[in-house]
Parts: sequence; C-alpha cells; structure tokens
Amino acid sequence: MKGYDVTELALRNLRESLLRNSLTTIGISVGVASLVAMLALGIGLQQLAGRRLEKSGLFDTVVVTSRRDLRSFSREQEQNGPSPAESPSLTETARQKFQALPNVAEAYPDIRFITELRYQDKPHLTMVSGLPFSAKNNEAFEGLQGRFFSSDSAAEVILQKAFAEELLGKKQNASDESVNVAELAKPLLGGELTMRYAERTATPDTAQPSPGKAAGETVAGASYSVVSHEQKLIIVGVCDLDPDSMRGQLRARLFVPLKLAQNLHVMQPSDLRDTTNLVGGMPTYTTVEVRVKSPKYVPDVEDAIKKMGFNTFSIVDATKNLRRFFAVLDLFLGIFGSLALAVASIGIVNTLVMAILERRREIGIMKAIGASDADVRGLFFAEAGAMGIFGGALGVALGWTIGRVINFGTNVYLKRQHFPPEEIWSVPWWLVIGAIAFSIVVSLLSGLYPAGRAAKLDPVQALRYE
Amino acid sequence: MMAAAKTTPPVAIRIDDLCRHYRMGEALIRAVDGISFEAQAGEFIALLGASGSGKSSLLNLVAGLDRPTSGTVVVQGCNLAELSREQLAKHRLHTVGMVFQSFNLVPSMNLLENVELPLRFAEVNRSRREGMVKNALDRVGLSARIRHRPAELSGGEQQRAALARALINQPRILLADEPTGNLDSCTGTEILNFIREFNDSLGMTVVMVTHESALAERYAKRMIFLADGKVVNDQPNPAAESALSRGGLR
Repeated sequence: MKGYDVTELALRNLRESLLRNSLTTIGISVGVASLVAMLALGIGLQQLAGRRLEKSGLFDTVVVTSRRDLRSFSREQEQNGPSPAESPSLTETARQKFQALPNVAEAYPDIRFITELRYQDKPHLTMVSGLPFSAKNNEAFEGLQGRFFSSDSAAEVILQKAFAEELLGKKQNASDESVNVAELAKPLLGGELTMRYAERTATPDTAQPSPGKAAGETVAGASYSVVSHEQKLIIVGVCDLDPDSMRGQLRARLFVPLKLAQNLHVMQPSDLRDTTNLVGGMPTYTTVEVRVKSPKYVPDVEDAIKKMGFNTFSIVDATKNLRRFFAVLDLFLGIFGSLALAVASIGIVNTLVMAILERRREIGIMKAIGASDADVRGLFFAEAGAMGIFGGALGVALGWTIGRVINFGTNVYLKRQHFPPEEIWSVPWWLVIGAIAFSIVVSLLSGLYPAGRAAKLDPVQALRYE
Repeated sequence: MMAAAKTTPPVAIRIDDLCRHYRMGEALIRAVDGISFEAQAGEFIALLGASGSGKSSLLNLVAGLDRPTSGTVVVQGCNLAELSREQLAKHRLHTVGMVFQSFNLVPSMNLLENVELPLRFAEVNRSRREGMVKNALDRVGLSARIRHRPAELSGGEQQRAALARALINQPRILLADEPTGNLDSCTGTEILNFIREFNDSLGMTVVMVTHESALAERYAKRMIFLADGKVVNDQPNPAAESALSRGGLR
C-alpha cells in the first residue's frame, strides 16, 4: 500500500473511534508537555545562569599588564619572553592592537585613582574608577537608582551605596542588605561633587640635553609636570554594589565615564616608572582590560597578547563546568519528564490492542481481499504515529503554555520581592522539534507490539469472529 | 477426429490429496481429508454438503487464507503451499476474488471506499481508482448507492457490492462462500445470475460453496459433494446449461 493510502486509512480509522483516540492523544500530549516543561525549565535556568555569568564580566575578560610592572601574575610568565626592561609598555598603541585582535569586543584601560571629593563643602577621600560605556549592561548596575552616564565623557558620577551613605553622613554598613538604595539616592541625585586630582601634564621639550649633565648625556624618555585640578561632577546614579566582592574597575566607590577619566590625565602609578622609558607624550596604562565576545575565546586572545610581550590574567572559564552541570540536570529533568510519556505510551498500546479486538473482523476482511501483513502492520503503525504527531504538537503547545504561566507567576513574585523580572523558561526550536520527534518515536515503539499482533492475525479466525 | 481437434482448457485449480486437520482440545478435526480434483479454467463448480463437511475449509485453502496440513493446492500453476505469507496475500489480491455469506463489507466505509480497498492494496494509481470503482459498481447496478454505507443497503445490495469488490482487480477465479445464505430466494437468484454472467462473459472460474442443491443444479456446471472432509460425489451438471438457456440469466 502506498504511503498516502496508509495515512488516509489511518486517519479515517482514528476518526472512527474519536473519543478513545482523542483521550489517548491527550495522554501523549500530557507526557510531552511534562517533558517539554522539565527541559524548558532546565534550559531556561542554564541560560539564566549563563547570562548572569556573562554579565558579571568575570569570565570574558583578560587583564593585561606590562612586564615592566614587576608585580606580574605568574612566575611562568616572568621566566618566558623578554626581560621586563626590554618589554613593551602598555601604551594606547598597544591597547589599539588588543582591540584589533579577532573576537575582542573591546579593550579599555583600567583607570583608578585615590582622590579627594567635596560634597556640600565636606571632604571625602575615596577610590575613583573610569567605567567604559559597555558597563551599562553589567549586572552590577542592574539595581541602579537614577541612570547610567549620558555619554562616555559626561561630567557625571555614579556612587556606590556605602559611599552614598558616607556623603549623607549616615553610619556605613555596606554588608547590610536592608539598606534601601532608592531612599539613599533620592537626596543625592542631581547633586554636585567637586573632585580634586593631580593632573599629569607632559612637558614639550623631552629628550633635550640637560644643562647640568656632561656632553653626550641626555634625559631618556618623557618628562612631565603634575598640576592640581578640580572637576565638577553631577551625581546621576547610586548603585547597589559591594566593592569588595567585585574586580577590576568595579573595585571603587565612585565611578566616572572612562573617556572623562582619560581626558583628566590623572597621575597614575605607572607614570613614574615609565618616565625612564617613553614615549613622546603618549599615555601609558597600568592595566588594560580586554573583553572578548565569549568566554571560549579567552585562551586564544590571551595567547595572542602574551606573544606581544605582555602579562595576562584571566579566570578559568567556569561556564564549561556550568554547561556540564546543566547537561546532567537536563538529563535528569528529561528522565522525569519522560516518565509521563512512558505512562502515555502504555495508553497507546492499550488503545491499539483494543482497536485490534474491535477491528478483528475488519482486519480479517482486509487480509481476505489481499492486504499483506506489511499493509496491516503499516496501518497500525501509521495510527500510532499519527497519535504521536498530534500528541507531540499538542504537548509542545501545552508545555509552552505551562511555561509561560509559571514564568508569569514567577515574575509576579519577583516583582513583589523588588527583583527585576527573569526569563526562567526557554523553549528553543530544537526542543519543539525534538519533543515531537520523541513523541513519534515513543508512539511508534508503542505501536510495535499491537501492529505485529494485527499483522499476524489469522484471517480465517478473524472472519469467524463476531 | 473431432475429439482430437477439441482443445482442453487449462487447469485453473489442481488439488491433490489435500488435508486440513486441526486440534480442538483432545479431538483431531479432519476438516479436509484427502481431497483431490481439478477445475478447468472457466468452470462453475458448486461445492455441496452438510454443515461441517469441509466446504468452507476447502475454499479457504484455495483462497490461500489457510494452509494445508498435507497435500497440494495448485492455483493458476502456483503451488500455494510453497508461497510465503506475502505471496499468499498477492495471490488473494490478484488471482482470486472472494465473496462471503455475511458480505464482509467494512461497515465504517461507504461502497466507494469498500470497493476501492483492493485497489489500494494493489497500489493502483489514485487517479484511476474512482473510475474503476464506478464501473464495477455500475456493472452490479449500484452506481446510485456509491456514497452509502453497508448498513444503509439491503442484503442483496451488499452482496452485489461485495461482488464488485471481489472482481475489481480482475481475478481469474471467483470463490463464493454461500453467497446466497443470508438472502431471500429472489435476491439469491439475482446474485447467482450475476456470478453466472461473470463466469460466462469473462471466462472466470467459479467455485461456490452452497448447501442449496436446487440453486447449484440451476447454475453450476459441475457439482462436487463433500461429507466428512472427503469428496463423495463429483458430477457434471448438464442440466444447468439447458435450464439457463431455457430461462435466460434473469
């Protein structure tokens, strides 16, 4: 029998016992829905954790320092490559080279300095850090009160909550979770801070013979003067961030836009060292942070930077272990989800065995007029397969709906607890196709026994049956 | 000289020492017990006998629905004992057509679908099928009932539909198992007229099981009497020729 005839006959047979077949199909769909729901939850949680790690910026960043900075990251790095004195400095040119490497999202200098700030004429000493504009998406700024910087060079400032407390003259208690950042921010937002800092100004006449030196002796490298300056800053945000738990530019209590921090030419610790080496007015950096597009690219980028003669540091890609954990979790969730489908498959066997009993005579007639064993087997298989397709499609829709409802409920709860909404439920296209395919396979396997039994039916006995 | 010139029709069915025994509890039932005969192509044979004489069992063996315990059934030159299940299905599909006492139409299908069923199994192209079915139903006078289900038809109409289904794949042999058993005498005659017409006009070999000897005498060209699974009498029936030529087919 041709495929379309088998399909047509199977569908008309299913229509003949509509109620029973519908109930069986619903049984399958409940099984598929439970499978989809479980796996969608696993995938959703995995994606949530992945997003969190990605946003933390811990695993997609390579920290680069010059070998000239003798506080290098490992003995191995010290022993390989050029000696510190022959090593390149971490200049703007080097940063641009890092930026141009494949799979690098951005490379920016780590500009941090301790300086004095005045708020309502009261001095405060703190660590200031320049933040790249991309930090806007960092999870650390998710609970930000107020707003992020309006541009990369705006004279604006974001405060860490403990520093905000200090400005308001409250008792500092950074570890206290009950600190209401919104309440802290209210009086501060729009307020003005005055930052006093030491600006490094390059002197134009570098590499000139020094009048006090003997002939042939020159001043090697740059020279500069240090001038005290003031900068007015508007408070635009207060963030709920514990500076001790973070790394890099986030280990500060006050943040300014990176471009602004660069333009201020604040005296950096490396300036003094590099005075003996460089570099016609070009800024050098203590640290450059290179953010790659995905944690998996970190080793390649790190290698490329090491080959340029710099020291690098990165945290081992923890997402690898995370993926392994979630693969196991998905497996277990899938097994639990499949239990319902296994129960449903017994329903299919039951329905088809009942169909054989009911249609025993019909099978006998079909065999008497020329149906082969394969035709009869194919027909029952097609019926099982059709139930699998309908059950699978219905189950995916049901599972998706359950997911949306639970997601909605979770977000209502999160909102009440003052947390941002989360997508803990994810049904990717491969899960849709996979679940329907799995449902068909399970249905066909369930149809194996009934179809074989129908095919082997003795037509003489079947025709006698009333 | 005349006898030498007359050609013998080919053998359609050759049965040789055919046995079909089966156990029912402790008892061994000898449904068919050493039957031998030949049927020429185009013959109309009536198998007569009391209930349990082995008529239907013999017919099932010729149809390839059942396998013999011993002996051979050769149909159209093919020894059915040597065929696989798949080949036996092909034999039922193309070589023989069957009608039954209880019509055996599929109740959930209308006449078109019932008659179309063997064409589906024979993988006949869909575009050709409806025309073939309509022709077959037209031939048995049911073209107006094509969308009706069996339950909406009389017994005679159902048996005519079963005849159309049996002949749709143009088999060489028609096997009829008490085709008039569930019909009144008038409708029974109508059905047998159709069968005889197919026998005459298409040259089909017909083997019909019946226990109504009057009908057999009127239509069959040869009558084989069975008792206890054995042939007890095998006789030609020249009366059928003359009776039908006197009265016509209808």
